[in-house]
Amino acid sequence: MRYEAVIGLEIHSELKTNTKIFCGCKTTFGAEQNTHVCPVCLGLPGVLPTVNKKVVEFAIKAGLATNCKINEYSKFDRKNYYYPDLPKNWQTSQYDLPIAEHGYVEILVDSEKKKIGLTRIHMEEDAGKLVHSGTNIKDSASSNVDYNRTGVPLIEIVSEPDMRSAAEARAYMEKIKAILEYIDVSNCRMEEGNLRADINVSLRPVGESKLGTRTEMKNINSFKALEDAINYEIERQTEVLEDGGEIIQETRTWDPAKGITLSMRSKEDAHDYRYMPEPDLPPIVTTKEEIENYRKNLPELPDARRARLEKEYGLSEYDASIITSSREMAEYFDGVIATGADAKQAANWIMGDLSKNLNADGVTVKDSPVDAKRLGEMILLIQKGTISGKIAKQVFSEMWKNPDSPEKIVKDKGLVQITDTKAIEGIVDEVIAKNQKAVDDYKNGNKKAIGALVGQVMKASKGKANPQAVNELLAKKLG
Amino acid sequence: MKVTEEDILHIAALSRLKIAKEEEKNYQEELDKIISYMDILEGVDTENVPPTTYALPMENVFREDEPKDSLDRELALSNAPEVEDGYFKVPRVLEES
Ligand SMILES: [Zn+2]
Repeated sequence: MRYEAVIGLEIHSELKTNTKIFCGCKTTFGAEQNTHVCPVCLGLPGVLPTVNKKVVEFAIKAGLATNCKINEYSKFDRKNYYYPDLPKNWQTSQYDLPIAEHGYVEILVDSEKKKIGLTRIHMEEDAGKLVHSGTNIKDSASSNVDYNRTGVPLIEIVSEPDMRSAAEARAYMEKIKAILEYIDVSNCRMEEGNLRADINVSLRPVGESKLGTRTEMKNINSFKALEDAINYEIERQTEVLEDGGEIIQETRTWDPAKGITLSMRSKEDAHDYRYMPEPDLPPIVTTKEEIENYRKNLPELPDARRARLEKEYGLSEYDASIITSSREMAEYFDGVIATGADAKQAANWIMGDLSKNLNADGVTVKDSPVDAKRLGEMILLIQKGTISGKIAKQVFSEMWKNPDSPEKIVKDKGLVQITDTKAIEGIVDEVIAKNQKAVDDYKNGNKKAIGALVGQVMKASKGKANPQAVNELLAKKLG
Repeated sequence: MKVTEEDILHIAALSRLKIAKEEEKNYQEELDKIISYMDILEGVDTENVPPTTYALPMENVFREDEPKDSLDRELALSNAPEVEDGYFKVPRVLEES
């Protein structure tokens, strides 16, 4: 039997506020343990939490940017469960009246566009951090708790089970990340846990509309882990079903070192959260006017920016979607073309040598040793004919190590393209003399043979000869 | 609504309470009486009455996103049964959240 995977994501994103959601403690990452805590976020008796206005603003923006309907009346609820990272024994979250509902985002996978539905976006507080005494939770005699992260504002973005492959899930999470970066509400540093996903995966026979039993994997915080965990889980569930087994509804952990998911063997009633309205936090009422005002002030979003790059600069949909996939990348592109550099060349260099070098060194475009201005200047040198595209690759890798301007590098390294016919002539004559066969072929009517000769001249000039001048000169000499 | 002995055990488990075997029946009967009392309210027609989530007519109580001083760590940890290296120390955790 052939199976189809059904995947849904719950993405948690920490918002980039200065203070926590219900108290004035700072949200700075990496502070010494238990130094950003107060009676409110420690859940001491008798305290009164107050909502950080910025959190509501950010959540509304995120809702609008993902085509959600904003609820004019929204409230907080208590989600009750016992776990030491939660000092109050409940997490203040939203249950039946979340701030935003019924949205969607569009993804592009294998040049096909697809809409992924958003069930809801709600606001909640993050939990603290546990440090286990053993190597993992199961073999630890005790754990230590740091409550600095408790109360850091989160939005949880819940998708519909609309994804059918790991690639779609990844594209969806990348799109959410891009949107949150564009509207500037989250730092989205996945390695710091700013952005993490709980994944639901189930299988069903192709053509079946009823959902199969799902498993859940929590706190996935890299795109690679997301894809690997989904692919593993699809494979595992397929095997279980093909062997005539049944999928057990459960939470599984992803072990990136072993590349497998493992059952957590959690008890059924652990998920009886007994939500109740939070009596200490009055409801949030947002007028239609205020909502429209937020909508009007949203910045240009990834999809609109992609469409603009396609239309204004003639970039392909694929190139434009890669360049707009992060705000930093899109801004880098703008910086390159601001120098007057050709947009298509800019796109090619960004997606080619720049991305290759960034990946190799593990740096983000923001920290690129070659900034947008220098890349733009280098492209201008190609446009002016000072250097060839081939030499530019050399200039680029030199710029990666060397902060000089591309002009200076070209001059210092003697990389200026030779357009002077006299200087090229000697090399051309030599190549003609050494390649009698190609010359004969050409003279006998195989005009393509000139390509081999051009190649030889370029090689002999170490790439510095202007290919067009070489071509012309060869054609003239061979009559 | 009828509160059963199973309900009592379930609620006790969720609340991390240990109930002695001989107390189960007593709790069941008392809680059942309390919940049944609520049944009287069920008789009221609430068709067009919005739910009263809040006792006070307040909305949009916000604070600005401005940092305030946090507690000194010593003070924050002072009520903890066990402390280690500036952390709250807790016994073995059996289940993930
Ligand atoms: Zn606090």
